[in-house]
Amino acid sequence: MIKYFFKRLFQSALVMLVVAFVSFSLFNFVGDPINNMVGEETSDEERAELRDTLGLMDPIHVQFTRFVINASKGEFGISYQLRRPVSELIVERLPATIELVVISALIALISGTLLGVYTGINRKGFLSDVILAVSLLGVSLPTFVIGILFIYLFAVILGILPSFGRGEVVDLGFWTTGFLTISGLKAIILPSVTLSLFQMTYIIRLVRAEMMEILQTDYIKFARARGIDEKSIKYKHALKNGLIPVITIAGINIGTLIAFSIITETVFQWPGMGFLFIQAVQFVDIPIMSAYLVFIAFVFVMINFIVDILYYFIDPRIRVKGDVASG
Amino acid sequence: MSFLKINNLSVDYQMRKETVYAAKNINIEVNKGEILGLVGESGSGKSTVGNAIINLIDEPGKVSGGSVILGDLNIHKNSESLVNYRGNKIGLIFQDPQTSLNPILTVGEQLIETIQTHLQLSKEEAKNKSINLLKEVGIKDAEKRFNNYPHQFSGGMRQRVVISLALCCEPELLIADEPTTALDVSIQSQILELIKRLTKERNLAVILITHDMGVIAETTDRVAVMKSGDLVEIGITKEILTNPQKNYTKSLVSSVPPTNKKISRFVIIENENKNDKPNNIKILNRWQKREIKTQDLVQVKNLDKSFDDNFFTENSKNSIMAVNDVSFEIKEGETFGLVGESGSGKSTIAKMIVNLFKPSSGDIYFDKVCITKIKQKSELMKFRKQIQMIFQDPYSSLNGRLKVKDIIAEPIKLHNPLISNSDLNRYIFDLLESVELIQKSADRYPHEFSGGQRQRISIARALATQPRLLVCDEPTSALDVSIQAQILNLLKDLQEQLNLTILFISHDLPVVRQMCDRIGVLKDGKLCEVTNTEDLFLKPQNEYTKELLRLMPKIESIYN
Repeated sequence: MIKYFFKRLFQSALVMLVVAFVSFSLFNFVGDPINNMVGEETSDEERAELRDTLGLMDPIHVQFTRFVINASKGEFGISYQLRRPVSELIVERLPATIELVVISALIALISGTLLGVYTGINRKGFLSDVILAVSLLGVSLPTFVIGILFIYLFAVILGILPSFGRGEVVDLGFWTTGFLTISGLKAIILPSVTLSLFQMTYIIRLVRAEMMEILQTDYIKFARARGIDEKSIKYKHALKNGLIPVITIAGINIGTLIAFSIITETVFQWPGMGFLFIQAVQFVDIPIMSAYLVFIAFVFVMINFIVDILYYFIDPRIRVKGDVASG
Repeated sequence: MSFLKINNLSVDYQMRKETVYAAKNINIEVNKGEILGLVGESGSGKSTVGNAIINLIDEPGKVSGGSVILGDLNIHKNSESLVNYRGNKIGLIFQDPQTSLNPILTVGEQLIETIQTHLQLSKEEAKNKSINLLKEVGIKDAEKRFNNYPHQFSGGMRQRVVISLALCCEPELLIADEPTTALDVSIQSQILELIKRLTKERNLAVILITHDMGVIAETTDRVAVMKSGDLVEIGITKEILTNPQKNYTKSLVSSVPPTNKKISRFVIIENENKNDKPNNIKILNRWQKREIKTQDLVQVKNLDKSFDDNFFTENSKNSIMAVNDVSFEIKEGETFGLVGESGSGKSTIAKMIVNLFKPSSGDIYFDKVCITKIKQKSELMKFRKQIQMIFQDPYSSLNGRLKVKDIIAEPIKLHNPLISNSDLNRYIFDLLESVELIQKSADRYPHEFSGGQRQRISIARALATQPRLLVCDEPTSALDVSIQAQILNLLKDLQEQLNLTILFISHDLPVVRQMCDRIGVLKDGKLCEVTNTEDLFLKPQNEYTKELLRLMPKIESIYN
């Protein structure tokens, strides 16, 4: 177990290092950082001096080491556009994105699994066909179209939900939340549903395929032959096995949700990180972009790491492999 | 009065255009305390009958006629009360213990759930009963093993767990569907002993479904022979095997490789394939036939192979020595057999000889050149041409998206890019006819062929480069006995005419006896014994070899 754990941890660290290098290269080699920072009227001497004080004349590996050390402390420099430390901006925007992503992930997972199980068991029912057909829309329509349709329907025509923003937020000091006010809760419905649709479709189809496959396996047949109750066969024997791959997918999906949230946040003017990133792209605000890159990679790597460890506890087969590897 | 009565049972599969019957008008009776064998080749409907008894036919199949009466219960009449017989009147064991247990529930959880479904017992009582059952089927340390997951048991132990699950609610009828086919001989004999013992102790009625005549001969009291959904013959096992009445039974019995003597060819008494003379090998005129010199074609020296995890991958095979210091020679023109149980490293050796795996250490010499040390690809190609392989599974070893002619043309074009199209076609036809397939086969796809025909295509593909050494890795273990007999005859003919050297890998001792000149016995990656075939069978030296020979199911045992 310990070896398994450290091996995974080391692999994660390696991936982070590679991403850090890409992000570092972006910062240093896309355009001239000095040009981006100073005004037109700065003289060449001043530029050279600035270059020196910022350490841009040091050898690449020294610069990279410094970048990694700073990044691990959460320091990514100062935003060109907003003139504030990037880390501060991220901390400010993070709660909005996290709340959006968590709610979407929950919607996608819970309804995806339920609908997947239903369509997997009642393969030929009318309702199954309807669910599958509608869910297909979820993948085939781009997120921004769905978002705009929702806004049109619920905000413009029906007028029951807000079309943009987070509503009123409560500042808890370290975190700003929209969960404590009615307008905050109302505001999160449309963006989170929009964001979750794609993942939900994915999970429905995955769970359905898994359920169908598992219901054909020998051990289900053997359980039937022993007279085990159909309910137990479906919801205990089959579902438990069917959820194992869902965990992997769900893990990766949470990362994807954060990445995808760029579009949803833009459509709904949601003051999260994705919105911040889009603005950064427009102004070639490289510190924010590279910080965002590192941050997304970090989320992915951490989630994968956690999923791997979870797997170890959920699937007894991996447990043994890990044990053998460590012994 | 028999305990189980099957009257005129028919099972149909409703296909889009037609109705296919999987079993038709089957009449079988089984008494308590007796083991009835149900034997037949694949597609004969033997498993269908087993499943119909417990009402477990998969869609779109259904029981279309007849009845199954168990004691005083008519199974298909009250199909809504499945709980009345599934598990507590009838127990069922499947072929593969690897897949018949739920991988994420412990053995104990599965036992307790089954027991509590049928018997009014508390959890504690169910647990005690389970532990006693596990002890009864021969699992040591049952109290501890109770909390283990299925994958923590070896194949044989897992089948014991499956048996304990099938028997936990004291059924009176046990249906065992190929219960030992996926197991090694030594485990197979233990499981069969266990079934025999339980039959006697519990006065069970048992139906043993199998394709293995040796198992039938050694285990059953009576036997029923099935062929494409029909019951051919039923009677006392000894009578059926020694004096079969029907042609089909005769051919089935004669296709079984005898364990006590070596025969030159298998007798094939099938109605359609009556010309049982050595076939006309068309590729002979193209073949650069080599004189057989009395020399070693292959020398294997101190071969080691271990599968290690590397940093980014977890190997499914754990880091053990799969092959450990193995040395042997194969003489030109002989058939050398490698036998051993699963995990003994026989396939690993084959893959190293054809250069699909790199050995961890040690050398392989082919025609006096060390092929494990060759770095250059073009140099290696010369040897690849001379060494060809035939794999076990004819279904996955042919690319389903290519036509047969393209499958066979590929190696020819690779080694002879300048061949003209007409010559290539003629060569492909010759190859196909040499393996007794018609020329028209060239334009078909692999899925249009049966398992035996596919294996013939594999052989044609292997012969296309005119190899000197043919490595056959369990070439017939996925095939029925009658087909196996045909393929083995074909290999013998080809070898004789083309002066081939064959490395024949198998777990099936009777087959090896028929095919090989010399045999090496492998156990846990080590070579126990290398000797002439007849010496090995008549006076084995090594303890392990003796054990293997003692345990192999012998069809001849019926005469004693």
